Amino acid sequence: MLSATAIAARVRSGEFDPQEVTEAAIRRLEARDPQVHAYLDPDLERARRCADAVAETLRRGEDPGRLAGVPVSLKDNMAVEGATLTAGSRILEGYRAPYTSHVAQRLLAEGAVLLGRTNLDEFAMGASTENSAYGPSRNPWDRDRVPGGSSGGSAAAVAAGIVPVALGSETGGSIRQPAALCGVTGFKPTYGAVSRHGLVAFGSSLDVIGPIACHAEDAALVHDVIAGHDPRDATTWTGERPSALTERADLEGLRIGIPEEFLDDAVDARVLERVSAAIAQLEEGGAITRVVPKGSLPSMHLAIPVYYLVACSEASSNLARFDGIRYGPAREEAAELHERYAATRAGLFGPEVRRRILLGTFSLSAGYADAWYKKALQVRRLILDEFRALFADYDLLAGPTSPFGAFKIGERSKDPYAMYLCDLLTAPACLAGLPSVSVPCGLARKGAYKGLPVGLSLTGPAGHDHKVLAAARAYEAVRGAPERSPLQEDEA
Amino acid sequence: MTTATRWEPVIGLEVHVHLATSSKMFCRCEARFGAPPNTLVCPVCTSQPGTLPVLNAEALRRGVLAGLALGCTIDPHTKFDRKNYFYPDLPKGYQISQFDRPLCRDGRFRYRMPDGADREATIVRAHLEEDSGKIIHPEGMDLSLVDLNRAGTPLLEIVSGPDLHSPEEAMAYLQELRRTLRAVGAGDCDMEKGGFRCDANVSLRPAGTETLGTRTETKNLNSFKFVAGALQAEIERQGAVLDGGGEVVQQTMAYDPVSGRTRPLRGKEDAHDYRYFPEPDLPEFRVDPAWVETLRASLPELPHDRHARYTGELGLSAGDADALVAERELGDYFEAAVAITGRPKETANWLLTEVLRLVNERKIALGELALGPERLAELVQLVDAGGVSVQAGRRLATEMEVRPDATAAALAEELDLVQVSDDGALRALVDEVVGQETDVVERYRGGNAGLLNALLGSVMKASRGKADPKAARELLLETLGPAGDG
Ligand SMILES: [Zn+2]
Repeated sequence: MLSATAIAARVRSGEFDPQEVTEAAIRRLEARDPQVHAYLDPDLERARRCADAVAETLRRGEDPGRLAGVPVSLKDNMAVEGATLTAGSRILEGYRAPYTSHVAQRLLAEGAVLLGRTNLDEFAMGASTENSAYGPSRNPWDRDRVPGGSSGGSAAAVAAGIVPVALGSETGGSIRQPAALCGVTGFKPTYGAVSRHGLVAFGSSLDVIGPIACHAEDAALVHDVIAGHDPRDATTWTGERPSALTERADLEGLRIGIPEEFLDDAVDARVLERVSAAIAQLEEGGAITRVVPKGSLPSMHLAIPVYYLVACSEASSNLARFDGIRYGPAREEAAELHERYAATRAGLFGPEVRRRILLGTFSLSAGYADAWYKKALQVRRLILDEFRALFADYDLLAGPTSPFGAFKIGERSKDPYAMYLCDLLTAPACLAGLPSVSVPCGLARKGAYKGLPVGLSLTGPAGHDHKVLAAARAYEAVRGAPERSPLQEDEA
Repeated sequence: MTTATRWEPVIGLEVHVHLATSSKMFCRCEARFGAPPNTLVCPVCTSQPGTLPVLNAEALRRGVLAGLALGCTIDPHTKFDRKNYFYPDLPKGYQISQFDRPLCRDGRFRYRMPDGADREATIVRAHLEEDSGKIIHPEGMDLSLVDLNRAGTPLLEIVSGPDLHSPEEAMAYLQELRRTLRAVGAGDCDMEKGGFRCDANVSLRPAGTETLGTRTETKNLNSFKFVAGALQAEIERQGAVLDGGGEVVQQTMAYDPVSGRTRPLRGKEDAHDYRYFPEPDLPEFRVDPAWVETLRASLPELPHDRHARYTGELGLSAGDADALVAERELGDYFEAAVAITGRPKETANWLLTEVLRLVNERKIALGELALGPERLAELVQLVDAGGVSVQAGRRLATEMEVRPDATAAALAEELDLVQVSDDGALRALVDEVVGQETDVVERYRGGNAGLLNALLGSVMKASRGKADPKAARELLLETLGPAGDG
């Protein structure tokens, strides 16, 4: 499949017909999605309408924009007016968004073709899509395995070669971890670089939207399109925002630190082997890499509990609106108001969502908030300070994205803590709001994840999104195009 | 000792004021009362998934104005918090409010008692928050309906210290608060529209002590009458409990205006843990102290200060001053007119009688009158200079309202209202009355001095109100001599 950059260039030049490009993507979706269940709603008619609009713009002799005719899929937690917005939950079954999210508006303004909405863990809570109320997605590399999550549908759609790029959202690792497990590039921008307007909230102080793509250049292109100040999101940055696409992609002289804390015992040896090889490639490309001895991120071991306390506390409040009065079928049998709330929420939220609401409610409760929620905020601050200190000496930090490769469906779903470990290496950058990319760095050669993709994580200081993406492009240039999943091999 | 003298009430009030903004606090919907249900709503204030709040700068500005008028410190760094609870009128399941960094705190607020005495209450804090929607229970139907027009409209919650010691003080405080907030343009404080709602914290302590007893909170008092009734009822209830050797239980009460009693609110509403935490969608923000100073400089004279100046410097009666400061427009009108006439008492008198009469008769706002302050000043000056009588002046006021083009003097001329103070014409009128009313004249001469006024009335009548009453009185006395001299 062609890159988004190549498709847009050819549609703009008239070489490609946007309607044909779209029909080709629809054919791929129809052929491959039954094998991976990446989509909750393919919404093909909307894609065709988008393509018609692009064709019409071209007929008028106007430029449809930087994403002219590029099929892009959205995770089903981003609002598009008139389209479904389930967030992977029964409680939003049948709901249609009454407005369009900022990111979708930006994509449409640049001529993108919105092709369907992808599967996710319910309310983005999970790391495998197994928490989706509509069934899990499957990894295009091995359909018995998870694609990661929560943006697993988007990562699977890209890895299956259905679309060159899709949007994901990340709170604790939900873009980078599925990108790593599916062998594609996933970029989590700086918190506040991309508007959350229209993104169903999970952990508001952590949530951010970013691209998942086959190529780092495409991730940079889409990030350029969706990032920027939005007056509808008071947490978006107002400052200058250099382009991620025009920033020079060069590893020469780049100081890259590998904190020993990133090489945790929990990391699979074969994953570590690939990441070490990738670091050697960075070095060959001209980067100066150093392993930072243990102690530079002394609070990192607390990142998982801190992340779950902060995200679940915020989630317990964000999900309060789903009370059975405006969302979800009313439980008329409940005689009393609070019974009705309880019946709706117990009946329509999945077990993981209920667990997190309970955890968050507890953490904020009188008598407990000081020990849990407030303490978590303090440690969050420490983690941020520790990262800042590291960035005095390093331009980027590198390490594995995920401690392990794609695991089997059902392997971790019985044990919440085993699932929470998926965020071990991604949650710290989320807590600190840092930009971070996962780039594919080859397949594991042996062990439990043999033949499955491994992701290299590159993390930069806040606001250095363009530098992180430039490094990802430079790494891809040094290493060559990533391996394709078996589902893409049919293409030839 | 009676209950009333044995126990001293300690009252603190929490007042929710609707800030007078044209749009809601976190979205652009119109903030207006009285529209058909759910017509002033959008994805934000109905809390559709994915929506985010954006602070309305106008709500912040009016909140600061109110805080300054209450003598508060404005926190240069403030933030919003979420107050979490489930209720059908609260679409997000949480209210955006302010918890530990209120916009305004530590105020001192002077208010005036009905007898003119000055009192001071501390303002613990005043913070911004959004209002909820409204639940409607249609009569005869077993269901409740939710109207979200009000959801997200801006409120300022003003919390007084426990400084009020009688229902009278509480009422005087509330009235001064309402006048002040209206005067600075913070809110309309329209109780009927829910724009000024009060919760009352009440406890009793042995008179003469400084301890604080266990308090109760009586919620949702939405008229002055209910506040007064609820305070009285709660003070009596607690007094009876204490007199009987019992203990007051800390609880939330409701006031039933029909029975005139307070009763405990039962159920889950009473046991909230609001789980406050910082609102992640609205970053902490800075309130520029220079901007606050600009607002401070723009504050009008507050009603309390105005009242003191009117009764002091201008020598007005407390009653007239009360009336003039009741509404800022009235005081402003007065200021503009008195600046021209230089006669406070006369100007106040004409304003409070004739001008307000016109407002009532025409059912229009003061500002819509054609008889503005400059033209009232013309009238006051004309009467003052003896150009027309007071009686004729009243008619002239009415005429001036319908003839905005003509000056007071020109209208008086045109309508033949110019006062007769010319000696010859007046003497003829006096002679006419003395000649006709022989009976009254005789009784006057017989010693009934009061009848001079009756004769003066007749002269005025004969002149159709145009006679100068002072000159006419002198002429009558000159003609008839003192009473009883006969
Ligand atoms: Zn609204």
